[in-house]
Amino acid sequence: MLKNRIIPCLDVKDGRVVKGINFVELKDAGDPVEQAKIYSDGGADEICFLDITASNENRETIIDIVRKTAKECFVPLTVGGGVRTIQNITDLLLAGADKVSINTAAVKNVDFVREASKKFGSQCIVVAIDAKKVSVNNWEVFTHGGRNKTGIDAVEFAKKVEENGAGEILLTSMDKDGTKSGYDVDLLKTITNSTNIPVIASGGVGTLDHLYDGIVKGGASAVLAASIFHYGEYKIKDVKEYLNSKNVSVRL
Amino acid sequence: MNVTIVDYQSGNISSVINSFTEVAKGKVNLEVTSDIKKIKSSDKIVLPGQGSFKSCVDSLNGISGLVDTLKDFAIINKKPLLGICVGLQMFADIGYEEAETKGLGWISGKVSKIDNQKGKFKLPHIGWNEIEIQKESKIFKDIKNKSHMYFVHSYEFIPEDKSVISATTDYSSKIVCSVERDNLFGTQFHPEKSDKIGLKIIDNFLRL
Repeated sequence: MLKNRIIPCLDVKDGRVVKGINFVELKDAGDPVEQAKIYSDGGADEICFLDITASNENRETIIDIVRKTAKECFVPLTVGGGVRTIQNITDLLLAGADKVSINTAAVKNVDFVREASKKFGSQCIVVAIDAKKVSVNNWEVFTHGGRNKTGIDAVEFAKKVEENGAGEILLTSMDKDGTKSGYDVDLLKTITNSTNIPVIASGGVGTLDHLYDGIVKGGASAVLAASIFHYGEYKIKDVKEYLNSKNVSVRL
Repeated sequence: MNVTIVDYQSGNISSVINSFTEVAKGKVNLEVTSDIKKIKSSDKIVLPGQGSFKSCVDSLNGISGLVDTLKDFAIINKKPLLGICVGLQMFADIGYEEAETKGLGWISGKVSKIDNQKGKFKLPHIGWNEIEIQKESKIFKDIKNKSHMYFVHSYEFIPEDKSVISATTDYSSKIVCSVERDNLFGTQFHPEKSDKIGLKIIDNFLRL
């Protein structure tokens, strides 16, 4: 049976982790390679790096981090943030990323998703959708970290990226992100019911129950979380043991 | 020992290189190449494969003499070859991804899309799934039944001769996830991305 995946996400800015893990065993709380290794050793099913570096000049920094991490972590590595061109994807994959996540560039031009999945295979193309609720059961796609409205319906867009070859959707609720009040389960349920590709839930996790809800109520294939891991509240192992005790199948 | 990872521009093989490099450290001389001479003089070959069946077969055929060299190596001379993901799928006679495409024909059978049972099963099959070992296999030495491996694929290899199947995994149906015949090995899952247990499989292959 296919297991539900637990994915810790590391926000990286100018080569340093923005929200660091509070683990005492860490030598350098800002080193993304060291943190990724801790997650991987702790049983993470995948590692996600989100590069939030504002400038283009620093792309080499994230590539270097990916290169170093890929030599030490032998679980899948997904990298997102600022992926705009085929060359960006090539650089990340050559450095050792297994998947890249495309956000704004996919919204601007869905052909980019098609082109990328044709060239590299759907298995390595994740489309990140940032959605915000606009009315009851209606969500709109936002870009630039939730600042820019696009007028595009999130459900329609999810279907469109699937048609264009996306292998997975990384779905973040902009209403919930950072609130620790749980995923937007209605949004998740709507998207997972409207598409036939795996959906990764993101945005809002504060407790272990939230992860359970994302999988069981929302229908997500994987759950992504940042702060509950970074601040040492929970280890990957705690999450998996909890979910397992509630009959959610995970890789133990 | 010389081990060659065949680089035929089949997409992203960085992870395969990283994992084999980690396991081979100091023990094995690893080459990443499509150079026919080097492949001929290798002791073992790894045939990765990403993207579609058609694109992989086309790339392989695009390098003059490569397919014949691989066949001489693995089928005529029966030297160890490990196919990973589409690398395994290409052992088949025929594949149906993108367009009907002739495979290498090393193990009779076809590669078709996994039946998603009208949307009940999401495709691609992405993530960690348990393998059910069907027969003793040299690359599964010290690997426990029901171990978790990392998968990412939408198509499955269906061999005619079921005796080649060394493991299956459960997703919509019993999917063939590992084959072995003589010194020909293939895994549908990615040992290079399957954590320590995956590295153990790579180690088993390198120790053959």
